[in-house]
Amino acid sequence: MTLAPETTDLKVQLRLEDGWFTVCDLRLLIPGRGVAALLPDGRQAALFRDRAGRTYGIDNRDPFTGAAVLSRGLTGTHQGRPFVASPLLKQRFDLLSGQCLDDETVRVAAYDVRSTA
Amino acid sequence: MSTDTPTIVLVGHGMVGQRFLEALAERGLTAAHRVVVLCEEPRPAYDRVQLTSYFSGTTPEELSMTDGEFIERHGIELHLGDPAETIDRQARTVTARSGLTVSYDTLVLATGSYPFVPPVPGKDATGCFVYRTIEDLLAIEEYAGARATTGAVVGGGLLGLEAAGALKGLGLATHIVEFAPRLMPVQVDEGGGAALLRTIEDMGLTVHTGTGTQEIVVGEEGAVTAMRLSDGSELPTDLVVFSAGVRPRDQLARACGLAVGERGGIMVDERCRTVSDPRVFAIGECALAADGRVYGLVAPGYEMAETAAATLAADEAAFTGADLSTKLKLLGVDVASFGDAHGTTADCLDVVYADSRSGTYKKLVIGRDGELLGGILVGDAEAYGTLRALTGSVPPVAPERLVLPAGSGAPAELGPSALPDEAVVCSCHNVTKGTIRGAVTEHRCTTVPQVKKCTRAGTGCGSCVKVLGQLVDAELEASGVEVDKGLCGCFAQTREELYEIVLALRISSYQQLLDRYGRREARGGDGCEICKPAVASVIASLAPAIGADGHVLDGEQAALQDTNDHFLANLQRNGSYSVVPRIPGGEITPEKLIVIGEIARDFGLYTKITGGQRIDMFGARVEQLPLIWARLVDAGFESGHAYGKALRTVKSCVGQTWCRYGVQDSVRMAIDLELRYRGLRSPHKLKSAVSGCARECAEARSKDFGVIATAGGWNLYVGGNGGATPRHADLLAQDLTDAELVRLIDRFLMFYIRTADRLERTSVWLERIPGGLDHVRDVVVHDSLGICGELEALMAAHVAGYRDEWAETVNDPEKLARFVSFVNAPDTPDPVVGFVPERDQIKPDLPLLAIGTRPLEGSAQR
Ligand code: SRM
Ligand SMILES: Cc1cc2nc3c(=O)[nH]c(=O)nc-3n(C[C@H](O)[C@H](O)[C@H](O)COP(=O)(O)OP(=O)(O)OC[C@H]3O[C@@H](n4cnc5c(N)ncnc54)[C@H](O)[C@@H]3O)c2cc1C
Ligand code: SF4
Ligand code: FES
Repeated sequence: MTLAPETTDLKVQLRLEDGWFTVCDLRLLIPGRGVAALLPDGRQAALFRDRAGRTYGIDNRDPFTGAAVLSRGLTGTHQGRPFVASPLLKQRFDLLSGQCLDDETVRVAAYDVRSTA
Repeated sequence: MSTDTPTIVLVGHGMVGQRFLEALAERGLTAAHRVVVLCEEPRPAYDRVQLTSYFSGTTPEELSMTDGEFIERHGIELHLGDPAETIDRQARTVTARSGLTVSYDTLVLATGSYPFVPPVPGKDATGCFVYRTIEDLLAIEEYAGARATTGAVVGGGLLGLEAAGALKGLGLATHIVEFAPRLMPVQVDEGGGAALLRTIEDMGLTVHTGTGTQEIVVGEEGAVTAMRLSDGSELPTDLVVFSAGVRPRDQLARACGLAVGERGGIMVDERCRTVSDPRVFAIGECALAADGRVYGLVAPGYEMAETAAATLAADEAAFTGADLSTKLKLLGVDVASFGDAHGTTADCLDVVYADSRSGTYKKLVIGRDGELLGGILVGDAEAYGTLRALTGSVPPVAPERLVLPAGSGAPAELGPSALPDEAVVCSCHNVTKGTIRGAVTEHRCTTVPQVKKCTRAGTGCGSCVKVLGQLVDAELEASGVEVDKGLCGCFAQTREELYEIVLALRISSYQQLLDRYGRREARGGDGCEICKPAVASVIASLAPAIGADGHVLDGEQAALQDTNDHFLANLQRNGSYSVVPRIPGGEITPEKLIVIGEIARDFGLYTKITGGQRIDMFGARVEQLPLIWARLVDAGFESGHAYGKALRTVKSCVGQTWCRYGVQDSVRMAIDLELRYRGLRSPHKLKSAVSGCARECAEARSKDFGVIATAGGWNLYVGGNGGATPRHADLLAQDLTDAELVRLIDRFLMFYIRTADRLERTSVWLERIPGGLDHVRDVVVHDSLGICGELEALMAAHVAGYRDEWAETVNDPEKLARFVSFVNAPDTPDPVVGFVPERDQIKPDLPLLAIGTRPLEGSAQR
């Protein structure tokens, strides 16, 4: 997580098994809204940015429906932690851990995310 | 059935008869007795008081006052459609029409009244009706629909006016012929009658007072064609309803030698036992009570039912007389009288306020010691509930302050809290304020429906429900019950309160609202999925008025929208989207149909005609949406807002233009309304329909606002709903011109948007808000809050500011940039979105899930 006054040149990166993977320019992330990224192995990640500028990444696939839509959910803060609510059946997922807040047996992958020049 | 079980026979299963059965059951008498009921009507007891509500959509089933379960559980033998014909008091038997003979130990007569039909020539002609039973209403409705355009009601009393309102609602040009010099002669005095006359005439009814009916003129086919009046004139009419008073049905009693009064009514003592035979009781409208009166209201009847049951159970009880308060239930007219309305008590004084311009007349009768004895309210019966309950006591403020209109001098701040505990709040069921408070404090009721169920208050004529709501609130507050009415974990305010804040302070940013007005722990955070779209919707509906940018994808707005609004399309279960262009009123040219067909073919979309009279194209990938819409916009289509909590469709029937029954151009009106309200963001979706006549092919009464054509214009119904909890819409106003209709809908919608909760359809809202339909009518029809000008201005701003969301989006590269599958591979289709063929089209190829249990569809927040 980095906070920089000038963000136009910053890139968002996500840590995979074999190192940091560059996704896009940070400016493409609207605070409060997500984007989907296609990973080299065909998996998908959902990237978010909150109003303080922090970025997060979890798996894009909604485990309850199988659709790759978590990037299209609404984000929020629950007890100080960031979450996204699935746009399909509205279950919420913690953006830092991937844990589903409405069903403790369900968790999606979470990624380390950074923005660098 | 063993012969030593004593038998109670009840003749008549009307409102009072049913109450008697309930009272028997409550006292355990149904277990100890055989109970046989002879019921003349083809259906068990129903709510006659609310009979007229049939014409505003209440079904006969909803009017029913009992169910098979009650009858069965208490082992009651109910014989429908089998009236008692003879009573043999020596042998103690009753014989019914079917030949059934039952022996009784106790006989209870609850035969009610029959409508009095004056003995004028022609009174039995085809087209002459009375107004008492569901069957009467069904017959009137059928006849009016098939062959009448004009109707006349004989009798301008309470029931006559109700019947006249019903005829008008059926689209007939309606006349009222009253022999007395004023309307409602029993309830109101001369001044009140004058105010009432003006109001009724303003509603478009024609009133002939001081006029008798001399003859019903009958045409060649034996049907009514006119009425000859006492002034010699002839009034052409196709239908006549006699409503010239009721007479007790005491024929059965007379025939078996029971004493009846000079002007009818079975004579009973204070125990409701007939004076002639201790084994026979009479209760309800057929009885002549010990105080020498025959009561034509349900509350005294209920009290008699309780008294008779108590007597049978050997409890102490007596019926010595009752209150005659009444409130007219006719649409749009406020008339109420209570207590000693005519000032017959010695030494009493009147306090009168009259304003003939507004048709308001209020009179209070005050006793020698300053106690309120009764009164008459015409044109504004707001205070009825409180005043009636105060009757008999000295009011806490000077009487003149009770009748002066708000705004002139200091209006009386006289809420129900001023009432003493023993004040009767519901006179239909004789429930005191103390009992209602008890329901809240001891029986833990927290809502009006619970209190209704617990105490029965408010389940009769309904005129006390307003006061009931105020009492429940006051009591809850007093007992410190804190209900968190907050919108969500981020805001402690209700949606309505947030609306007021946004409007008053012109706050156009969600973050600003959260940081300044959110709960302390939520400030500075990112909000949640509940308040974000709710606030976005409030800001969007007020956008032109508070100077916010209108487009839902602009700036911060974009981050607040549910995914559907964010992509201006409906998300489907596999992550694809559906596309619904607007087809106003369901009317579409062949050219446009072809365009839709071509687009669907070119993009391989599944097409279906929706339940909303338009066409849905399913299976579009997110990156295809702009391409599809570019073509639709080009062909003249606009967003149908199928994704938004906004106006969906205004359905129409083909109407007067083609249909042989149509009386107005329903298609044109539907298109006008759809174009006027398109794009209007609201707490929940809004649906509408316009039907060309009362046959209602467009199903307008299942809509949030439904319009049905009448010969004289349009009837507006509000609060209808299909969906999970269907509700028929209530009639808000009748026979409106085009301009009146639009103005009322403007006000209604804006008032709803202002005060409803998030995701609260108009149906739920109408049932929830204090005062219900009456209150909404007061506000939007009579402008009781003085806000109609503002509501209209807000709607005017919306209409002027409307722009098509999709047209703007396809012309804005920045917005289009969001419609990509992947931020790092914009044109690569999402491989998860797959389709398989079905019935010559496609359907989603659903992925196998790792998680077995899928929550019930729709159980999550919608
Ligand atoms: C497409 C359609 C069914 C069809 O194949 O005909 C449909 C489809 C959906 N309906 Fe509906 N409804 C459709 C007509 C209706 C009707 C009939 C009507 O409008 O005359 C009703 C009952 C009338 C009413 O609303 O009172 C109806 C009552 C609902 C409800 C229950 C609302 C309620 O108050 O109980 C929901 C759920 C909700 O909104 O909370 C719903 C929700 C939905 C949603 C939006 C569910 C969702 O969130 O995915 C469906 C998605 C539509 C899409 O993806 O395009 N739909 N839905 C109809 C679209 C009409 C249109 O042209 O816009
Ligand atoms: C349109 C309308 C509006 C009204 N509004 C109000 C109001 O706002 N407030 C109010 O207090 N009151 C109102 N009333 C009056 C109220 O409905 C009556 O006071 C109440 O129904 C009386 O109850 P009851 O049981 O005595 O008579 P009913 O409800 O008339 O029941 C009597 C029953 O006995 C049956 N019967 C008669 N003879 C026989 C027989 N020989 N064998 C078997 N069955 C028989 C009849 O068919 C009927 O079903 C209204 C009435 C009407 C018609
Ligand atoms: S509602 Fe009336 S006018 Fe419209 S199609 Fe049906 S019958 Fe015809
Ligand atoms: S006064 Fe009629 S229901 Fe309460």
